Amino acid sequence: MIDIKERKWSIAGHILMIILSVLAIAPFILLLMSSITDETAALRNGYSFFPEKFSLDAYKYIAGQWEVIGKAYLVSIFVTVVGTIVGVLISAMLAYTLSKPDLPGRSLLMFLLIFTMLFNGGLTATYIVYTQIFHIKDTIFGLLLPNLLMNAYFVVMFKNYFEYTLPAALVESARIDGATEFRVFRSIAIPLSMPMFVTVGMTTALTYWNDWTNGMYFLSTNSKIQSVQTILNNINENIKFLQQNNVGTAVSTADLPSVTIRMAIAIVGILPMLALFPIFQKWFVKGATAGAVKE
Amino acid sequence: MKASTNVNLPKARKKKINWKSYIPLYLMALPALIYLFINNYMPLYGMQIAFRELDFSGSIFDGKFVWFDNFKFLFTTDDAWIMTRNTVLYNLLFIVVGTIFAIVVSILFNEIISKKLAKAYQSAILIPYFISMVIVSYLGFAFLSSETGFINHSILKPLGIDPVSWYSEPKYWPFILLFVNTWKGIGYSLLLYTARILTISSDYYEAAKIDGATKFQQIMNITLPLLKPVIILMTILAIGRIFYSDFGLFYQVPMNSGALYDSTTTIDTYSFRALMKLGDITMSTATGVYQSFVGFILVVASNMVLRKYSKEDSLF
Repeated sequence: MIDIKERKWSIAGHILMIILSVLAIAPFILLLMSSITDETAALRNGYSFFPEKFSLDAYKYIAGQWEVIGKAYLVSIFVTVVGTIVGVLISAMLAYTLSKPDLPGRSLLMFLLIFTMLFNGGLTATYIVYTQIFHIKDTIFGLLLPNLLMNAYFVVMFKNYFEYTLPAALVESARIDGATEFRVFRSIAIPLSMPMFVTVGMTTALTYWNDWTNGMYFLSTNSKIQSVQTILNNINENIKFLQQNNVGTAVSTADLPSVTIRMAIAIVGILPMLALFPIFQKWFVKGATAGAVKE
Repeated sequence: MKASTNVNLPKARKKKINWKSYIPLYLMALPALIYLFINNYMPLYGMQIAFRELDFSGSIFDGKFVWFDNFKFLFTTDDAWIMTRNTVLYNLLFIVVGTIFAIVVSILFNEIISKKLAKAYQSAILIPYFISMVIVSYLGFAFLSSETGFINHSILKPLGIDPVSWYSEPKYWPFILLFVNTWKGIGYSLLLYTARILTISSDYYEAAKIDGATKFQQIMNITLPLLKPVIILMTILAIGRIFYSDFGLFYQVPMNSGALYDSTTTIDTYSFRALMKLGDITMSTATGVYQSFVGFILVVASNMVLRKYSKEDSLF
């Protein structure tokens, strides 16, 4: 039974959530509308939710540029898949080792891991090591390496999961049956910790797909291995450059894709994310809530 | 890696350890350890650049040691003050406003009875969380660009208000950045807080209702006190990170506009600009070292508080 006073709270909740939902989605609609606007109309009326003239020219242009955009897609997909698999796997393997309470040197290894969360060399020192010692500039490693073991916190989460939820009897009996440590990890730890793997994997994949900083640091502007986000960022950098140097419009338009094309590229960059959103969301909610309700 | 000597190695009494049996485990840990060595420990060695003079002739590790001269120089500039002030104040603003807003939203969200609608709302406001900052800056530009932006062109112009050149007016940016940060993060905060609210037993509310408590009284006396641990936990964690900022937010969203530096420069964007735009490696490293040391003190201090308050949430 819901009385009137309680309904007030419910109505207030609906109103607030409707406002927030509109605010969350409206910018994307503006982006989409701008991308299907006729170029001259876009210049005359600016970004608009109700363009006066529609045109798919921007998408036709992108289709024509598919060699560039398509390649960027392949780079993004490759980096996301490889980075996620390798990153999650090495994190989990380290965590599995750390989950053995009687491991000699466990506290030292644990310290080496935790210390990375407390103290870091900073952007420049990291940049110098990667470029001067490992020369990852303009290679695919520039997009892969800097995020690989993204967060020591994941290792700790994995470690706790292995330590407290893997049935010790099952692991023990497998060992008695002659299974190697790696076999136990592969056939028992991984299958029984699938929710953990998926949650960490999703977060890592999201970071890789959305990353534009590594492209900015480690790829030169004419590099052949740009990811989708790197292309979007480079366009942005050009806009910034033109704004800050007040170059005449004649120069600016030559260098820069038009407004509608820019928006169309952005839409193309968002699309995979939105398509996978329901799957991402499901695991993401699971992961976030699992973290929040532990007692 | 001087610090590692602080760790107590297993006592000598465990002499009977069969080391051989642990070799596979160490091998499994090896790839991650090598990576941590490259990604996290080698840069610690690189920090010495901050204490050297830049040597243009050779490698950056060959410059003469000048010890704290670079820091002295850094802290005599206005930049050091501006970036520190901005980083700390923005973080405080985000913590206070973000937390209060997230709690209000979560409590009202919890009052929505229809599960279907609740899920739809939640999905909608979570979408921005999944989008990269580059795309966010495109969205921002669509609203704020001076000639074609939605706000100037479709809102201010019909109202007869002069267009604002958003990207050169520093005074608006604390609000814009707060808005964008909240816009992007509210979906995630909602997840965290509602997850906790859902664990509150409905018995409490039933009992309160029987006693004649209004909804407001229930919120003040049941929901908020039970949310307090999460709020405190999140706040302590955020305070530990108060010297770090979301680089993407402060770099992409203001389009790195020079006119806005006064109100958008944080330690992270300053360090980036010193390195990539000015090529001032020593200054950039010095900034990084400054951030790391103060950051370290804050993280350790907040962890000590956390350990007192809630042991299982502390890092160590």
